Amino acid sequence: MAARKLSRREAIRVGLKAGGVLVVGLTFGGRPLPAAAQTIPDADRFLGKPLALDQVDSFLAIHRDGTLTVFTGKVDIGTGGRIALRQMVAEELDVAPDRIALIEGDTALTPDQARTAGSYGIARGGMQLRQVAATARVALLGLAAPRLGRPVADLEAANGGVRVKGGGASVSFGDLIGDQALGLAVDPKAPLKDPRAFRYIGQSLPRPDIPAKVTGRHTYVTDVKSAGMLHARVIHPPAVGATLRTIDESSIAGIPGARVARIESLVAVVAEREWDAVRGARALKTEWTGGTPLPDHATLHDTMRASAPVRDQVVAKKGDLSALTAPAAGARMLAATYRWPVQTHGTMGPSCGVADVRADSATIWSSTQGPHQYQAVFARILGLPRERVRVVFMDGAGTYGQAGSEDAACEAMLLSRALGRPVRVQWSREDEHGWDPKGPPQLLELRAAVDDGGVVAAWETRAWLPVATANLPGVPLLAPDAAKLAQPQGRSTGLIHQNVDPPYAFANMHATVHWIADAPLRTSAIRAPGKIANTFAVESFTDEIASLARVDPLEFRLKHLANPRGLEVLRTVAGRMGWRPRPSPAPVDPTAAVLTGRGLAYVHYKHDETIVAMGMDVEVERATGRIRVTRVVCAQDCGLVINPDNVRSQVEGNILQTLSRTLHEDVVFDRQRVTSVDWTSYPILTFSEVPQLEIEVIQRLTEAPLGAGEAASAPVPAALGNAVFDATGVRLRTVPFRPARVLAALAGRG
Amino acid sequence: MTTLQLRVNGSARTVQLDDPDTPLLYVLRNDLSLTGAHFGCGLGQCGACTVHVDGAAVRSCVVPAASVQGRAVTTIEGLGTPERPDPLQASFIREQAAQCGYCTAGIVMTARALLDRNPKPSEADVRQALAGNLCRCGSHARVLRAIMRVAAPGGRA
Repeated sequence: MAARKLSRREAIRVGLKAGGVLVVGLTFGGRPLPAAAQTIPDADRFLGKPLALDQVDSFLAIHRDGTLTVFTGKVDIGTGGRIALRQMVAEELDVAPDRIALIEGDTALTPDQARTAGSYGIARGGMQLRQVAATARVALLGLAAPRLGRPVADLEAANGGVRVKGGGASVSFGDLIGDQALGLAVDPKAPLKDPRAFRYIGQSLPRPDIPAKVTGRHTYVTDVKSAGMLHARVIHPPAVGATLRTIDESSIAGIPGARVARIESLVAVVAEREWDAVRGARALKTEWTGGTPLPDHATLHDTMRASAPVRDQVVAKKGDLSALTAPAAGARMLAATYRWPVQTHGTMGPSCGVADVRADSATIWSSTQGPHQYQAVFARILGLPRERVRVVFMDGAGTYGQAGSEDAACEAMLLSRALGRPVRVQWSREDEHGWDPKGPPQLLELRAAVDDGGVVAAWETRAWLPVATANLPGVPLLAPDAAKLAQPQGRSTGLIHQNVDPPYAFANMHATVHWIADAPLRTSAIRAPGKIANTFAVESFTDEIASLARVDPLEFRLKHLANPRGLEVLRTVAGRMGWRPRPSPAPVDPTAAVLTGRGLAYVHYKHDETIVAMGMDVEVERATGRIRVTRVVCAQDCGLVINPDNVRSQVEGNILQTLSRTLHEDVVFDRQRVTSVDWTSYPILTFSEVPQLEIEVIQRLTEAPLGAGEAASAPVPAALGNAVFDATGVRLRTVPFRPARVLAALAGRG
Repeated sequence: MTTLQLRVNGSARTVQLDDPDTPLLYVLRNDLSLTGAHFGCGLGQCGACTVHVDGAAVRSCVVPAASVQGRAVTTIEGLGTPERPDPLQASFIREQAAQCGYCTAGIVMTARALLDRNPKPSEADVRQALAGNLCRCGSHARVLRAIMRVAAPGGRA
C-alpha cells in the first residue's frame, strides 16, 4: 500500500465548535501505525464527541488529509480485531487500512458496542462498523455529486475519495467533509459492498501490534504510570469469605516505604516503590475469622448430582424417550457420565489495574473485556454518575473471558479513593490462580437406545450446571464485598447450556439442564462457556454409539447430519487425515508399548454459528498413561473471513489452549481455599507437547461472519478422547486426562 | 540505601535500592523504564520476565539485582526495534507469532540465547529450550515456525 502511514507522533487537535461541528486536525510523520488508543497522543482531544450507537460520528471521524479515526467499544485482546475491524471499514469506504487510526474500549471516546465476548467482535461489532462506513459512503457520494457535476449513480468510492465510475474526475473525502461531523444516523439499509469487489476483506494483512509486542515496546496495563501513583498489593484472605480481624502493622516496620491501607476486610500494603509493597505484603501479619466452607474437591460432581435443582430447562425436545424406558427387542442401551472440572483462565500476567479516583470523577485503566459494562459497575460502587467514570481499556495478558482484571481494577479504585492518590494494584500469581473467578464445573449424563439396525431410537442428555443469576450487571467483585459495600450478588457463568443437545437428526431426542444453585468458588465466563464440556459429552457419546453399532465414526456423523456446510467440514478433515473407514477402536496390540489412534469430533457452535470439524492422531504410552497428541486437523466454516491468517491464529489458539485444559487442568481446593496456586500445581501445555497443526478455514464471501474466537475449542476434548478410545479401547469421560487417570482407566479402574 | 552499578543493553546505569535483594525485574521495569520484560509469576516458572545476563537467559523475577553488578544485562529492548527488528524478531513478525504478546518477549529472549550459542538448533532443541516458557493464547506453533525459519539452512539468526 502506497498510502502514507499514521504516525505515533501525530498531533490531533479537536474541539467542539459552538455549532456542534467536530473539528479535528491531524499532522503526520512517517512512523508505524498506532497500535491502540493509548498510543495516539492527544486522543483526549476527541472528548465530547458523540457516543450514541445510532450516530455515524460516534464511530467515525474523517480528517482533512483523508485519514480516518475509528472509535470502537470492542477491544483487541490479542485476537486481531485491531486489523480486522480496520479492514471492514476500509472495505466500505475504500480507504487503505493503514490510513485508519483505531481507538478501542475507552468509555469516554467509544460507543458501547457491548462486552468483547461470545465471538461477537467481528460478527456484531465489526458488522456495526461496516454499516457505519457504508452509511458514510452513501453520504459522501451525495456530497460529491454536485462537486463533480454527476448524478450519484455515476459515482463510486475509490482510494479515499469519490470518483466518476471507471476513472475520471474525483474528490477526496478530506476535501468533502474533512474534520466536520457528518451528523448522520447509521442507516441499517445502507448497501454493503459487493463481495466480488472486495479489496481488503479476505486479505491476511499483518496485525499492527505485533512489531511492538515482539520488541518489548507494546504498552500494557501493567506499564501504566500515573503521576503520584502508589503501588499496592492486596492481601486476600486465607479462606473464601473470611473477615479480617487484626493487622499487626509492626510486622512491616522494617520496610520504611511500606504502609497498610485498610477498608474493612480490604487490606493492602502500599508503597512508592513496588518492591516495598511486594515484600510488605509478604511480611504483613494478619488474622482472619470465618469463611464459607467449600465442598470436597474429590466428590464435587457427586455433590452436584445430589443437589436439588433450582429449576429444569428443556433445551431440546423431539419425539419421545419410550425406547429408553421400554426398550425394543434387540435394542442396546448405552449410558455414560461426563465430568468437567473447575478451571482457571490462567492469564499469563496476574491481574493489574490502575485507578485515579477524585471527589467527583474517576479514571480506571484496565484490560477488562467489558470497559462499558464495568464503567456502569464501577460508577455504582463509587456512587458517581456513569459519565463521570472513565474506563480506559489497556492491553493485558489474555483473559479468555473474565479473569481477575476487573477485581484488581476495583481494588485499585477503592484504595485510590481512600488514599487520595492514583493506585496500581498488581496481583501475584497466587492471587490470580487463587482468586480469579473460575470456569464452572459441569456434569452430564447421557443415555441412548440403539436398535439392532444401529439406529438411535432415543437420545437423552441431562446436564447439571450451576445456575447464572438473571440480569447481573457483572461478576460480583471481591473488593466491594471485602469493603462491605453493597453490590448485586449472584453467579455469572456465560451461556453454559448451549450444545448440550446433539446436532444430529435423531427422531427422539431430549436435552434437559438441571440448574443447580451452588458451585464452589466464584465463577465467570471462560472461553466458549460451557460448550467445551457439553460438546465433550455429546461428541464422545456419539462416538460411543457409533462404536456400539460398529459403524465408522465419520460415516455415522455424515449419515445423521443434514447441514451441507457441516458435511463439508467433516469431509475436509477426513480428506486431510487420509481417513480410512473402520469402526473404533482400532485392533489393540497387547504387546505394544505405545498405542496409536485417531479421533474425530464436530460442533455447530450454539447450533447457529461457526461450524468446526476436528481430527486428531494420538499416541498413548501404556506404561505411563501419557497421552501424546501428534497431529490435529481442523476445518472451520465461520462464514465470511475478514483476515484468514488471523482466523487461523485463533483456531490454533483454541486448539492448543483446549488441549491444555483437557490434558492437564483442574483447580484444586481444600475446604478453605484454592490450593493449586502456581504453574506447578496447575500445569498447562508446554512447548514439548505441541502437535502438528493443520487448519483449513473455508471462506464464504457471501455469508455473514459467524465468529472465530471460541468455536474451535469446543470439539477438542471429544476429538482427543475419541482418539484415545480408538488407540486403547478405553473411554475417558472425566477431564483432565492426566497420566494417573489414564493409567487407572487402562487398568479398568476408570 | 544501596547503590548498584549495572550494565544494561550496553549502557552503564546507576540505581539506588533500599533492598539489595530487589529482583532485577523490578529494577528494569520501574527504575530503568524497560517494560519489555513482564511480571508473570515471580516464581521463575513461566519465563515472561526472561532477560540475558552475560548472554544466558535468566528469569529476572528471581535474580537479585545486586547479583548482576559487573555483568552484561540485555533486555528485549536491547535487540531490535519495531522499525528495525533483529532477524529473530523479524521472523516472529513475519509469522505473526503472538496473540496477546505478554509471554512473547520472554520467549524471544530465550530463543535468542539459544540461537546465539547454537545458530542451527533442531526443532527438538528449540522445544527443549522453551520448556520453561509458558504461553496461554496458543501461539506455540507459530513461535516454533518463526524460530526454525532463522535456524534453517540459509536462515539468518
